[in-house]
Amino acid sequence: MNFLESVRVSLRALLANKLRSILTMLGIIIGVSAVIAMVGIANGATAQITSQIQGLGSNLLIVSPGQANSGGVRGGTGSANTLTMNDLPKIEAAGSAVKAVAPSAGRNAQVVYGAGNTSTTVTGTTSEYAVIRSVSMERGRFLTQADVDQYSRVAVVGPTVVQNLMGSADADIVGKIIKLNNVPFQVIGVTASQGSSGFQNNDDMIFVPITTAQARLIGNKYVRQFFIEASSADMMQTAQDEVTIALRQAHKIQAGQPDDFSIMNQAEVLQTMQGVTQTMTMLLGGIAAISLLVGGIGIMNIMLVSVTERTREIGIRKAIGAKGRDILMQFLIEAVILSVLGGGIGIIFGWSGSKLIGRMLNMTASISVFSVLMAFAFSAGIGIVFGVFPARKAAGMDPIDALRYE
Amino acid sequence: MIRLHGIKKIYATGEIEVAALRGVDLEVGAGEFVSIMGPSGSGKSTMMNILGCLDTPSEGEYMLDGVNVARATGNELAVIRNRKIGFVFQGFNLLPRTTALENVELPLLYAGVGGKERKERALEALKAVGLGERVHHKPKELSGGQQQRVAIARALVTKPAIILADEPTGNLDTHSSEDVMAIFQDLHASGNTILIVTHEPDIAEYTRRIVRFRDGEIVGDEQVANPRRALSQEREERGAVS
Ligand SMILES: Nc1ncnc2c1ncn2[C@@H]1O[C@H](COP(=O)(O)OP(=O)(O)O)[C@@H](O)[C@H]1O
Ligand SMILES: [Mg+2]
Repeated sequence: MNFLESVRVSLRALLANKLRSILTMLGIIIGVSAVIAMVGIANGATAQITSQIQGLGSNLLIVSPGQANSGGVRGGTGSANTLTMNDLPKIEAAGSAVKAVAPSAGRNAQVVYGAGNTSTTVTGTTSEYAVIRSVSMERGRFLTQADVDQYSRVAVVGPTVVQNLMGSADADIVGKIIKLNNVPFQVIGVTASQGSSGFQNNDDMIFVPITTAQARLIGNKYVRQFFIEASSADMMQTAQDEVTIALRQAHKIQAGQPDDFSIMNQAEVLQTMQGVTQTMTMLLGGIAAISLLVGGIGIMNIMLVSVTERTREIGIRKAIGAKGRDILMQFLIEAVILSVLGGGIGIIFGWSGSKLIGRMLNMTASISVFSVLMAFAFSAGIGIVFGVFPARKAAGMDPIDALRYE
Repeated sequence: MIRLHGIKKIYATGEIEVAALRGVDLEVGAGEFVSIMGPSGSGKSTMMNILGCLDTPSEGEYMLDGVNVARATGNELAVIRNRKIGFVFQGFNLLPRTTALENVELPLLYAGVGGKERKERALEALKAVGLGERVHHKPKELSGGQQQRVAIARALVTKPAIILADEPTGNLDTHSSEDVMAIFQDLHASGNTILIVTHEPDIAEYTRRIVRFRDGEIVGDEQVANPRRALSQEREERGAVS
């Protein structure tokens, strides 16, 4: 019997047992699609978190008031008011590893322009902020040192704010007067759209000089955060050490006393988050592996359950003249067809499933070729081994024994 | 056509050895129509399976159509089963969920006959057993008698040297049995060599020669003086003559 006839025999046998064929494929489909979807989502989440942290700026240190890890007596980071504008020159002069420093202090404010009004975060900062956080301008200009020095009532707004106030992000707002908590500010620029960074919507923001913010909006002289850019990635630890020394000196903290501020190092956060996502990847991978195993057991089960029936079929075929080789060929082709078809459908399901979940979770799932190959090889391997192994045994029997098989 | 000499078959089930055949000598010429009778357990099926190359003897010589079958390998036996033998089982042994036509085509498929000729010959064989109308039915949609006729069509489609049937009417009612015997008589009339196993004397009377078995040995061998002609309505419909 030639190969084409063998394929035809296999196809007929598969079609004659549709339920069994579908159930076998289902096992392969579940295994393959679960692995692809899970690994795709885990990879996507990892990439997204990494890019979010990197999107904060490059070589970034963030100084916050209060001590994060001092054994329960104090509150958490940011709960104390220990940082002021007096610290700014100290940090700037802390050492050569510190390239730029921007303070920030903010609060939520009601924003009104004409009939339009919205509520958003107003951040008081300096011109350096645009450099450190890579803010670029769509129209107009960012804050200058002069604005800060002169307590100017000027504001730089994000495109979402323009959208919310005027109905269109492209509306002409530069030069107009908006009211922040009833205090009039002149809009001097609109930032370019940056999109969401996960932690916050960077487009739904208003920047004003920190001096004006403290005096007119917040009503105190505290600084919420200092953003510091280190001179290079290698210098981040050095910069952190320099700033720590400078601030301890400025705050007159005795040796042995804990810091009254804390410094977040972007590289460390990245590392921590990568640890977290790695754990998540392993977790999802574990779930996928279990699905794969369950799918594999399903395939095995169906193959083994049908051995009796198939042994009789083999007996009949051999009784009317099939050679052992014909039988093996038929079962091998059957198993390959089921595996390839099931694997293919599994890849499509897994791929579209991870895209769908990715869209729901607002991220890009990335499919790894390795996971596709691994899942496919595993399921197909089980399908072929458990499809062909019993057939091999039956093909070697005397036809009369195969016919009598119970 | 068939020559058995000193055929023995010993089954070893655990401790006990059962001698199913204890030295059988038998000759069947071309064109004979033989029935094999004997009580249950006397070794009839065992011998039929050996004749059909479904099983191998423990000892003895088996010449089929001039070939020493006892020396053949597995693949050679498969070819012999395919080309020289048509086997009809008591339990039909059709592939389930597969149409009558496809079941009958199967031996031709393994013989390497091409698709078109395969279909033509299968249809012809089905017509010869009076099933020209039901070729696309699956076994479970057919009655027992019809299923057995499909099985006979499958046995004769390769134009084998001998047709072997182990209790072909064992699962059938009297009416279907007579239909099946009518088909065998027609096949005999057109020159086929046929051996059937039966324990019903009525059925044996349709054949020309009766071989009797007891305890794994042949104890009688006689010609049938006046073979009965199987009367079958279905035969009239086929328009067969004999
Ligand atoms: N596969 C087998 N294993 C063991 N003993 C068997 C087997 N097949 C048949 N026998 C024994 O061989 C003897 C002949 O059986 P069989 O040829 O089936 O008889 P019959 O067809 O005449 O009823 C019986 O005693 C039966 O029990
Ligand atoms: Mg029997």
